[in-house]
Amino acid sequence: MAWFKRVKTGFTGQDKKNLPDGLWIKCQNCTEVLYKKELENNYSVCSNCGFHFRIPWNVYIDIICDPQSFYETEVSIQSVDPLKFKDSERYADRIKKAISTTGMSEAVKTGTGNINGLSVVLAVMDFRFIGGSMGSVVGEKIARAAELALRRRFPLIIVSASGGARMQEAAYSLMQMAKTSARLALLADAKLPFISILTHPTTGGVTASFAMLGDVILAEPNALIGFAGPRVIKQTIGQDLPDGFQRSEFLLEHGFIDAIVTRKELKQNLYHILTFFIDEKIDETQSIAKKLL
Amino acid sequence: MANPQKHVLDFEKPIIEIEKRIAELRQLSINEDLEIHREIERLEAKAQKLRKDIYTKLSRWQRVLLSRHPQRPYTLDFVERMLTDFIELHGDRNFRDDPAVVTGLGKLDGRPIALIGHQKGRDMKEKIRRNFGYPHPEGYRKALRVMKLAEKFNRPIISLVDTPGAYPGIGSEERGQAEAIAKNLFEMSHIQVPIIVVIIGEGGSGGALGIGVGDTIMMMENTWYSVISPEGCASILFHDATKAEIAAEAMKVTPTDLLEMGLVDRIVEEPIGGAHADYDRAAAILKKAISTELVRLLEIPRQKLIGQRIEKFGAMGVWKEN
Ligand SMILES: [Zn+2]
Repeated sequence: MAWFKRVKTGFTGQDKKNLPDGLWIKCQNCTEVLYKKELENNYSVCSNCGFHFRIPWNVYIDIICDPQSFYETEVSIQSVDPLKFKDSERYADRIKKAISTTGMSEAVKTGTGNINGLSVVLAVMDFRFIGGSMGSVVGEKIARAAELALRRRFPLIIVSASGGARMQEAAYSLMQMAKTSARLALLADAKLPFISILTHPTTGGVTASFAMLGDVILAEPNALIGFAGPRVIKQTIGQDLPDGFQRSEFLLEHGFIDAIVTRKELKQNLYHILTFFIDEKIDETQSIAKKLL
Repeated sequence: MANPQKHVLDFEKPIIEIEKRIAELRQLSINEDLEIHREIERLEAKAQKLRKDIYTKLSRWQRVLLSRHPQRPYTLDFVERMLTDFIELHGDRNFRDDPAVVTGLGKLDGRPIALIGHQKGRDMKEKIRRNFGYPHPEGYRKALRVMKLAEKFNRPIISLVDTPGAYPGIGSEERGQAEAIAKNLFEMSHIQVPIIVVIIGEGGSGGALGIGVGDTIMMMENTWYSVISPEGCASILFHDATKAEIAAEAMKVTPTDLLEMGLVDRIVEEPIGGAHADYDRAAAILKKAISTELVRLLEIPRQKLIGQRIEKFGAMGVWKEN
């Protein structure tokens, strides 16, 4: 955790407004000013403090998958507003806005891809789409990804980034927790591996369902991971929360994740884990399944 | 009925007034006074009509209030009335016994079953001991332990849900609240014995669903079930916890709503005046509903039952697709 606390003050004379537009970016954690191109080449990880910048789904796919190997599935499924829900804004408008700002149809992308030549089914969540929240469509797409993994006999990898269940779909959202967990039970019964990757933040109904059900659970450094959000806990207990509470390192210490892996090491680690699970027997069934399809 | 210590909700007040009047007249009519007797009969009819009027037109928020009524029957009140030979089993064999969840073995119509349920406390001391019905991870793990026991000995499971939510605290995060709930969803979806779930009070989010996966999901009439409490929703989306009534309407949290949404299978009737007005009658109706379902589920071949259970949750949700 030492890297998280270190604060570099070299750029104090220069504020954000003076930074040339688009070329430089300030680290949210250590305030170091980073050259954007360099940051991108470094997996969007601050070279000074190790802070993992939040990244969109496609960048994650590029980090995990072999170039050009990702093939998207379930492209036409979209959210509706079943409850005609309105708070400060209509839910229907929120969806429209999220679609236009992210270019995504929902908060998760699913598909198949290769990791050093090994075929996998992938689901990657994106926090930009209504906080990565899980409504009917996110639940259904995760469930179908598990189903696809089962049918093709591929391992399943899910990258989570979510504030939890989507309140605007109320009880429908809640039931997605059961839906996704039930599909994963089928996957487990078929002895297919599921690797869960937790990124900042993974909380609420997503953590309390598929995200915590991996055969192996990996997390990015310093990601917020928990059931309840820190604000709710603070309100409930009426006291400040300890340093590092609900961060990846805290979960590792308490025994709820297998390892913390930086983005740079992620693909190689995934590959090694997969080769541990996929033996010739499964390769055989994979090819049988392919013949049958 | 008119006990001055009883907690009375605002919309129950007109009924309580009449009940008080009836009680007073009864004390006067020790020597069979025909006039007073007639007046009592008239008032009783009036009270009954009023109850019917009020209880058939409850708003969503009024049902939420009834689900939390301080005199509402809790899991152990139902256990006492529905089961025989009940033995409570304690502890998750790992960390501690969570009093917010009760589990045990009992008999329903002579048939051995496993019972799991949330448990709230009645007086302040017990409320605190049971953490107001907010379970910790060890509560979910205890429930799972007993469910696996039921599976091992081929006994059906009855789960009674009544929690405002899983507890949001430091200890519960340290001990993996999310993992405990996730594991239960995973295991309950393919446990090889019938599971009947009844929302008997509050169906608060993942804390409720954590013992809420099953073959038949029922809700008692005056209950709610949703992804977050109306207060929680109001404070996050409406930036004002006092707008809970609006949030309850927006989220559509009542049994009728969930039945229409295809998320529960049936509604269990309560006595007029709510379950808190007549525990025995409420328990008798609930017992009959569970027994009927159990007989039906036990006839379904196990593999088919599990397939149907997974499909049932698989079908939940609404979306569009080209
Ligand atoms: Zn930094």
